[in-house]
Amino acid sequence: MTTIIAADAPLVQYALRLADNALVLGHRLSEWCGHAPMLEEDIALANIALDLIGQARPLYAYAAELEGEGRNEDKLAYLRDASQYRNVLLVEQPNGDFAVTIVRQFLYAAFMAPFWRLLAGSRDATFAAIAAKAEKEAAYHLRHSAEWLIRLGDGTPESHARAQAALDELWMYTGELFEADAIERGLIERGVALDPQTLRPEWDETVDRVLGEATLKRPPDGWMQTGGRTGRHSEHLGFILADMQFLQRAYPGATW
Amino acid sequence: MPRSAGRGGIPQERRELVTERNIPLWEVFIRSRNGLAHKHVGSLHAADSEMALQAARDVYTRRGEGLSIWVVPSAAIVASDPADKEVLFEPTASKVYRHPTFYEVPDEVGHM
Repeated sequence: MTTIIAADAPLVQYALRLADNALVLGHRLSEWCGHAPMLEEDIALANIALDLIGQARPLYAYAAELEGEGRNEDKLAYLRDASQYRNVLLVEQPNGDFAVTIVRQFLYAAFMAPFWRLLAGSRDATFAAIAAKAEKEAAYHLRHSAEWLIRLGDGTPESHARAQAALDELWMYTGELFEADAIERGLIERGVALDPQTLRPEWDETVDRVLGEATLKRPPDGWMQTGGRTGRHSEHLGFILADMQFLQRAYPGATW
Repeated sequence: MPRSAGRGGIPQERRELVTERNIPLWEVFIRSRNGLAHKHVGSLHAADSEMALQAARDVYTRRGEGLSIWVVPSAAIVASDPADKEVLFEPTASKVYRHPTFYEVPDEVGHM
């Protein structure tokens, strides 16, 4: 079986981290297709999934170009094993009930909406261009998930309990969003990457405002899960990749 | 005759009423890039106006169709009765003089 290992260069790794976040969450959302609670939301979730996969594509293409190993976006998506994936643990968590999906989307979008807005000012022209397009999509993902969360939290006792449980369950994956390691430090100093800590006040403000309206309790910042960005994943990612990569593994190079 | 029972023993008619009350129906109107007026494009279910707007955006503007969306509660629309069709509309059929086809257009006007 062919398995590739992407180059260690910081810029390649940074592009892969952003791409893997988008692809894995996009794949997760695509699992709702045909199963969402109502037709309108089925289409809305599929739209968000397509936005995310659309964000991943130019990032993979850029990583492949920077590598210069003759690979393309498909090879990076389909031929890396779980330990080579660089996404945060939050995005690979299972869909759960609708509340889990909405909370996961909200926590991620509350981070990514300002992230893309600021990365649009990156010294790297490719990142800046990708960010400028993704910014508008992420702003809508935030709006959509926030409005749903407010209605679930401030809805019936049942929807409130489920939304609070989802929030409590996923909170330990939020710390990883704000981590920056040595790979990113150099890029941050060069004005290419973004220091995620600078997004903290806006993320806190968004989360507190929406949770307040949703009558939900913000969980305490206890022990946080981490590891996805260096390839240490929960068991869920392997199943996602088995599903997503099956065709290219079984029929290498297949096209249609 | 017993009424048809739906899932959970709730009569079909009542179950639909409950759904309709919690998640009402909305009519969607889109103004396209090249059109001046909002045009009716379809309907959807949503809990309130903000969710209806978002659903309209997601369901009806996926291919760049729109620049502006209106959503209107379906219940707010007053419709003519199809049974009144003849009374309302047939009398106009005999009034051809209401069409502006009896005027000679001067040549200087050119294409109209």
